[in-house]
Amino acid sequence: MKRRSLIKAFTLSASIAAMGLSWSIQAAETIKVGILHSLSGTMAISETSLKDMALMTIDEINAKGGVNGKLLEPVVVDPASNWPLFAEKSRQLLTQDKVAVVFGCWTSVSRKSVLPVFEELNGLLFYPVQYEGEEMSPNVFYTGAAPNQQAIPAVEYLMSEDGGGAKRFFLLGTDYVYPRTTNKILRAFLHSKGVADKDIEEVYTPFGHSDYQTIVANIKKFSAGGKTAVISTVNGDSNVPFYKELANQGLKATDVPVVAFSVGEEELRGIDTKPLVGHLAAWNYFESVDNPVNQKFVADWKAYAKAKNLPGADKAVTNDPMEATYVGIHMWAQAAQKAGSTDVDKVREALAGQSFKAPSGFTLTMDKSNHHLHKPVMIGEIQDDGQFSVVWQTEEPLRAQPWSPFIPGNDKRPDYAVKGN
Amino acid sequence: MNQPLIVTATRKAGTRVSMAVGAVVVLVLLALPLLSLLPDGHALQVSAYTLTLVGKILCYAIVALALDLVWGYAGLLSLGHGLFFALGGYAMGMYLMRQAAGDGLPGFMTFLSWSELPWYWAGTQHFAWALCLVVLAPGLLALVFGFFAFRSRIKGVYFSIMTQALTFAGMLLFFRNETGFGGNNGFTNFRTILGFDITAQGTRAALFLLTVGLLLGSLFLCWRLTQSKFGRLLTAVRDAENRLMFCGYDPRGFKLLVWVLSAVLCGLAGALYVPQVGIINPSEMSPTNSIEAAVWVALGGRGTLIGPLLGAGLVNGMKSWFTVAFPEFWLFFLGALFILVTLYLPKGVVGLVKKRSQP
Amino acid sequence: MLRLLFTLLLLLPLATQASEGEFFLTAKPAEQASLLETWAAQPDAARLPLLENLRQGRIAENDTRKLRLNNRLRGLIDNTLASHQLLSDQANVRLVAAQQLQKTAQPAQMAFLDRRFASEPDAAVHAALGLALANLQLGASEPAVRLAAVRLLGETGDPLARTRLEALLQPDAETDAAVRIAAETSLAQVQRKLLVGELLGQAFSGLSLGSILLLAALGLAITFGLLGVINMAHGEMLMLGAYSTYMVQVLLQRYAPGAIEFYPLIALPVAFAVSAGVGMALERTVIRHLYGRPLETLLATWGISLILIQAVRLIFGAQNVEVSNPAWLSGGIQVLPNLVLPYNRLVIIGFALAVVLLTWLLLNRTRLGLNVRAVTQNRNMAACCGVSTGRVDMLAFGLGSGIAGLGGVALSQVGNVGPDLGQSYIIDSFLVVVLGGVGQLAGSLWAAFGLGIANKLLEPQIGAVLGKILILALIILFIQKRPQGLFALKGRVID
Repeated sequence: MKRRSLIKAFTLSASIAAMGLSWSIQAAETIKVGILHSLSGTMAISETSLKDMALMTIDEINAKGGVNGKLLEPVVVDPASNWPLFAEKSRQLLTQDKVAVVFGCWTSVSRKSVLPVFEELNGLLFYPVQYEGEEMSPNVFYTGAAPNQQAIPAVEYLMSEDGGGAKRFFLLGTDYVYPRTTNKILRAFLHSKGVADKDIEEVYTPFGHSDYQTIVANIKKFSAGGKTAVISTVNGDSNVPFYKELANQGLKATDVPVVAFSVGEEELRGIDTKPLVGHLAAWNYFESVDNPVNQKFVADWKAYAKAKNLPGADKAVTNDPMEATYVGIHMWAQAAQKAGSTDVDKVREALAGQSFKAPSGFTLTMDKSNHHLHKPVMIGEIQDDGQFSVVWQTEEPLRAQPWSPFIPGNDKRPDYAVKGN
Repeated sequence: MNQPLIVTATRKAGTRVSMAVGAVVVLVLLALPLLSLLPDGHALQVSAYTLTLVGKILCYAIVALALDLVWGYAGLLSLGHGLFFALGGYAMGMYLMRQAAGDGLPGFMTFLSWSELPWYWAGTQHFAWALCLVVLAPGLLALVFGFFAFRSRIKGVYFSIMTQALTFAGMLLFFRNETGFGGNNGFTNFRTILGFDITAQGTRAALFLLTVGLLLGSLFLCWRLTQSKFGRLLTAVRDAENRLMFCGYDPRGFKLLVWVLSAVLCGLAGALYVPQVGIINPSEMSPTNSIEAAVWVALGGRGTLIGPLLGAGLVNGMKSWFTVAFPEFWLFFLGALFILVTLYLPKGVVGLVKKRSQP
Repeated sequence: MLRLLFTLLLLLPLATQASEGEFFLTAKPAEQASLLETWAAQPDAARLPLLENLRQGRIAENDTRKLRLNNRLRGLIDNTLASHQLLSDQANVRLVAAQQLQKTAQPAQMAFLDRRFASEPDAAVHAALGLALANLQLGASEPAVRLAAVRLLGETGDPLARTRLEALLQPDAETDAAVRIAAETSLAQVQRKLLVGELLGQAFSGLSLGSILLLAALGLAITFGLLGVINMAHGEMLMLGAYSTYMVQVLLQRYAPGAIEFYPLIALPVAFAVSAGVGMALERTVIRHLYGRPLETLLATWGISLILIQAVRLIFGAQNVEVSNPAWLSGGIQVLPNLVLPYNRLVIIGFALAVVLLTWLLLNRTRLGLNVRAVTQNRNMAACCGVSTGRVDMLAFGLGSGIAGLGGVALSQVGNVGPDLGQSYIIDSFLVVVLGGVGQLAGSLWAAFGLGIANKLLEPQIGAVLGKILILALIILFIQKRPQGLFALKGRVID
């Protein structure tokens, strides 16, 4: 009995392997593109929707005839929120599946983990999430925001009269590289605006921290000393307990506004937003942005979610990293079309200066040298329906400064991508 | 990847055949790195991907073996072996970071605008000291923890939960950026090891051979240990510690020795793991990873020497394959596998083989 | 004719209100702000409905045009509204307004506040208004007025009063010596009161964290403590409880919107039933075969937990789902100016204690409890005495899982509801049970509250990360001292 079940298991696995083989033979006349997002583990909460968005975009490109007359064939793998597995999977995508390009990663550590692999094998990665900068690899294109495209405009807004004229700043983050760097840059920026160190408080919590009683009490105490704003780089999962505690202790946006850099529409789905109206988020795109490109983008996504029967399809929302994924894939396709090939070096050359009419309502351009997108900055206020209303935005897209001028030593960095930086 | 074949083959055979199969596996493992040196496009060339993947699994196999030594033979289930593994890895990582940084500070420190290295980084630019750390860091920690734990006769579930708490605390500590180990990002972007390019095919092959060597070495060591009087004492500790004490033995020393040995083996495995995988960060210390190591041992068959190796190979091989073949459903397979093995194969895969050969 | 005139007169304020609203709607943000400031200084009762509407982001109840507000305007609207509410004839409305004005009143409102202060009949409102005035009077030109204001501020325990007094005590801010001395005494007074509030706050948050740990661990105290199953799927029972709450909320919203306020209460039996059902099914199919092999239950339940997590992820999506607090669980009691006790945390503390009490009664005062204890202590002997051990095991495991489900309902009110919910509580739960002593309900109770309070006392001193590490280290040391936990089973049994 036991033996039989084992034999069955082996036969099953063998036949599935055979299926996989025959499938890859069939699909020889396509261009393979890798999708490297965690579908299980702690990061699945953020990354699964990017995988689906990538698949939708690929369908969209295929519906228009693909790239260079060939259809795109997505290769989806699950690095399971395990950082060494990210490196292993990217090597597999590049050497076994021989993909032309990879779209993926969310956390900085996953990007740092795959970076040596991409540089060694001369692969191409599109990274769609806002991050701390301090990196510029020739093998990566960054379609998310660098700190100057998100953090600094947000703080400028908070200090303005409309933003409440904040004098004191409570920098709250999860203890990892992105919050640390962002806060470091912000501190230097605040100093340059004449804010003294006693008016800046920096606090970090561990990953998955769920008890914010003490911290909210401290914010309350700190805010008694003058008009205060909280700048939150709290990571995904900890946001719900944090906002719930804010509401619990009666800290309203009119007293102490919280501007978050990691809270978008997708995260708000898990929160009752009625007590949060007026708190802010800074991004380069909001679902509520009103323009024809975005209307189509949002409608397409909702239809896709419904057609594919994704979980929670009736409440499907778009957010900034999803837009960045969408823009990135389209830009790559345009560049490959222009280069007439999917060869990494040729595509890289073609990508410089490539532009795309994005759902944010702006025409975004890939910088000629620094591998980052020029992006507009928008400040959105949380509404009671889980959406944001844009209260402020830049006139035109800003060029990214991945090497922030507020970090000493960066002035000596070259403004073009160099391996191993 | 090729474990299912081995299993089916050994099932049909007695000891002699399994010895032969073992020899073949060893030969294949030794041949892999050599084949990887063949020029690109050669029919027999082994890709760097396969080599690093198998290398990684071999490192895990050493961890499984080390865990089996304390669990399968001495009856101490540790849910914190990931900590020792990661400590070894971090010690090696410190050396690799210093190599990559040259005379300057490692990247993440300049980033936090530190001007000098913390004291515990002293000497890590020397390979020899880094090797000492690989042994000392996990070894000393295990010694201290084990000394107190065995002195107050903590055992069974209490011991497991305490080791889990230990690795959890370690993970939180290493997550902190101020601790000086690169926080959540850990160490990555290595360049050279002993002056050799870390991405060169030759370096990879050498590291792989070293891993095979370490695996065989620890296998031999464990085999000698378990066959000796010491091994029988350990089994006695596992089965009836009190009776052993009534016989006049003091089990603390034996437990401590095997516990520290196991931790050091893990540390060595970690040290070989880091240059092959190219990253070390605190998530290696997460309690989940250590539980997974226990799963490998149980799946393969604890209390045997081959079992844990089979278990580590099977689970990781399946994981690598499932995560591509069924990205959304692989956890179901893995979960079901654990349940089925504990229910129907209490002695693991090896138990199945043994049952066949001794009807 | 007269009647017509009368109606017109009545309509007049409405007309001005409508035109003011129109004007506000079209004005630029800066104009809107100065308009609000003027209104705040010269309140007019007729403007009250307009302000109420402005706060809702519209100019009239049935006007669909949406007003674009920012936080500055919202703050000004709150202040202006409070100013207007002082004209109300209900004392409680005036009190709330006066309290709001203590925080936000501007010097321009001083004349108006003075007039209201003089004519206020209600003692409580009078006092509150006095404080609001005192804040403004700190800037008055006559030293005597300032002195009185400083003395009055010393009576409060308001964090804002401290800031104001500190500002006054800055070098060359206050020149009058008498006022300076009074300000120093007042400041010391305020600080003392604030310290009391702070300490109470820490104690409360410790209790609250403890109650959450307790709810998370209580189910485990039964499945692990009594049955000896290392139940790694315990966290997933919590998760199932939380998702049951979510489902109840969604279903009520759809089919019985009237009862939505009480959905957590309805969710309690549902969550208990779901988790207990799943638990019993698991016990019958998997865990039953593993009694006496505790470490192997670890592997099987670990597999179960992987499957449950991924199943939930596929059904509900990887994202968190929204579980909102009903009105009666939102907000809190303002005990001291710097101490708010949130209702949901208070309820959870009470709920945790109630669940412990019920569990204790169940285990110590019922036939089932007797059987469970008998089977735990000596399975074979219990079986000999005619206890159906299989059935008892199943019921006990169901009970433990069900209690975990109840814990899940409570957790959904303070944190995330997502597939990984259970993973974040599992380690803490095991620590609580082990620290308290396996098999001891009272031990779990003490361990949970002890850990909660210790955590909250350490956190302000050394930060959340180091605090947690230190707690873990302390637990490891403590177990060295008491290898069987806080409450060890005493006996001569030796293995």
